Amino acid sequence: MGWFSTTPFLNVPDSTQITYRKSSWWKLNQQRLTPWIFLFPGLLLFLVYVIWPIFNSLYISLLQWDGLSPAIYVGLSNYIELLDDEYFYISLMNNLKWLILFMLAVPIGLGLAIFLNQTIFGIRLIKSLFFFPFVISQVVIGIIFSWFYNPRGVIGPFLDKLGLSNYAILADENFATYGIIFAGIYPQIAYCMILYLTGLNNLNTDQIEAGRMDGAKGFSLFKNIILPQLKPATFLAIVVTVIGSLRSFDMVAIMTQGGPYGSTNVLAYYMFETALSEYGYRMGYGSAIAAVLFTIMMFYILFFIYRMYQSEKKGL
Amino acid sequence: MFPIPIQKRPLINRISYKILVPVSLFVWLIPLIGIMLTSIRGLGDITAGNYWGIPSEFLLFSNIKDVFQNTPMLSYIINSFKITIPTVIGAVAISCMTGFALASYKFKANLFIFFTFIAGNFVPFQILMIPVRDLTFQMGLYDTVTGLVLFHVAFQTGFCTLFMRNFIKALPNELFEAARIDGTSEFNIFLKIVVPLTRPAIAALSVLIFTFIWNDFFWATVLIQGQHAMPITAGLKSLNGQWVTVYHLLSAGSIIAAVPPVIMFFLMQKHFIAGLTLGASKG
Repeated sequence: MGWFSTTPFLNVPDSTQITYRKSSWWKLNQQRLTPWIFLFPGLLLFLVYVIWPIFNSLYISLLQWDGLSPAIYVGLSNYIELLDDEYFYISLMNNLKWLILFMLAVPIGLGLAIFLNQTIFGIRLIKSLFFFPFVISQVVIGIIFSWFYNPRGVIGPFLDKLGLSNYAILADENFATYGIIFAGIYPQIAYCMILYLTGLNNLNTDQIEAGRMDGAKGFSLFKNIILPQLKPATFLAIVVTVIGSLRSFDMVAIMTQGGPYGSTNVLAYYMFETALSEYGYRMGYGSAIAAVLFTIMMFYILFFIYRMYQSEKKGL
Repeated sequence: MFPIPIQKRPLINRISYKILVPVSLFVWLIPLIGIMLTSIRGLGDITAGNYWGIPSEFLLFSNIKDVFQNTPMLSYIINSFKITIPTVIGAVAISCMTGFALASYKFKANLFIFFTFIAGNFVPFQILMIPVRDLTFQMGLYDTVTGLVLFHVAFQTGFCTLFMRNFIKALPNELFEAARIDGTSEFNIFLKIVVPLTRPAIAALSVLIFTFIWNDFFWATVLIQGQHAMPITAGLKSLNGQWVTVYHLLSAGSIIAAVPPVIMFFLMQKHFIAGLTLGASKG
């Protein structure tokens, strides 16, 4: 320590030089490094919990594995088994029914939005009440509708009048899926409605007035002037509705658990049932089902990304 | 304005519109009205099949009391809060950072990372289920609130990043440039300029994520087994199995489950809708 007190000057410039060098290195690279520092926590979590599991699942789909004992590599045999699995086809068909019928939420939502796009007293409250079903958990919606459909429950008296006493749609192999879809579409309509209400709110008034001057009205005005302007809302409504239709797990789990006789299964629920329920712990087979679902979704995701990429390129 | 304002229509249209709106609202809400009516009934009405008539007794409070006394509903609700609030804070904080990084720096991997976040956000849950459950097991977090929160934060980061990045991208870039010329460090630009300016986006995201996570059922089923960590959605599902015929209690329970997101929605309506409709009005 002796030299430190006797030769203080030697020390001072030295240390400033170091800090100066440090800061200049940091200053030079700050712009380049900062984004990575900011990205680190989010990217790490996302890679661990979302990206890696996708590839891991694809790998598991090549295994025979109950989750506990050592896994056996079986190649594509899980997928080959899928080809002969009756329940897989039922689920796939149901997914298709969900997808097609769910699309109805888009025009119905648009219709409701046009109906409600007025300024009368209390309209704000009315709009939010229409939106209500979307805020509530699907579990609650599912419970409400199962109780609704119960023949000894709410619609019982109406069924009696129609001569359908004791008819339980959720117990009817042929119609149970439609019963669930009807319940599932209810909040989805609300979502589409709100998207279109926002779209209608931001319409270009000049164009509409010009169109009206040119004599466009009713449907032709709607088709030629309004609908093109609502394109962003329509795009978003279709995106969220497709995703919603493929995430039909909650409703099925609450209302029928895939029954009766597997007739209401969808891929999302069937996968869960195979991999994690009392029906067995077939991780490999479950992953193969998930992989099919993922592949279907991937087409869709790529389409979305492509569209975003186009608009990003325009923006840059 | 489209359609033509009702005020400019003939009187007959105006009157019929004013009748039609409440009627259609009533029809639309029948399922919800039904459950509310049922939650105030007693067992007598239920067994007698009186679902739509005037309730013979008003038992809402006693039904709610019943639910709390005879079921773990209270602990389910507390768990839901314990899961939801940390997730909101975590996901929003992390995505402020990722959003800022992707919005205001140019580097090669930028768009690639951005699109990875978006793509991951759309992935079906089932493709993640088995590995995430395994991972949570291995970390010793299976059947714990922490395990569920960690996953939720990670997954929601995808959507939140998309949201934040687009919001920050729309801020004027000159703001950051001016601060840089003044010698403000990048961290201070983030803390002192970006965070205050993104407050509306933070509010919108918080309400949205709150509702999403509160209503989550799938991951609660996959990562939680016991009552001690189970949120209300999974709790209701298990009650649903036990209470096939006591609809009045089930209804009361459902209403309890729906209250927090509904309150959140009404308090923060503007932000909620702004968040949901991001992108609905511009290309």
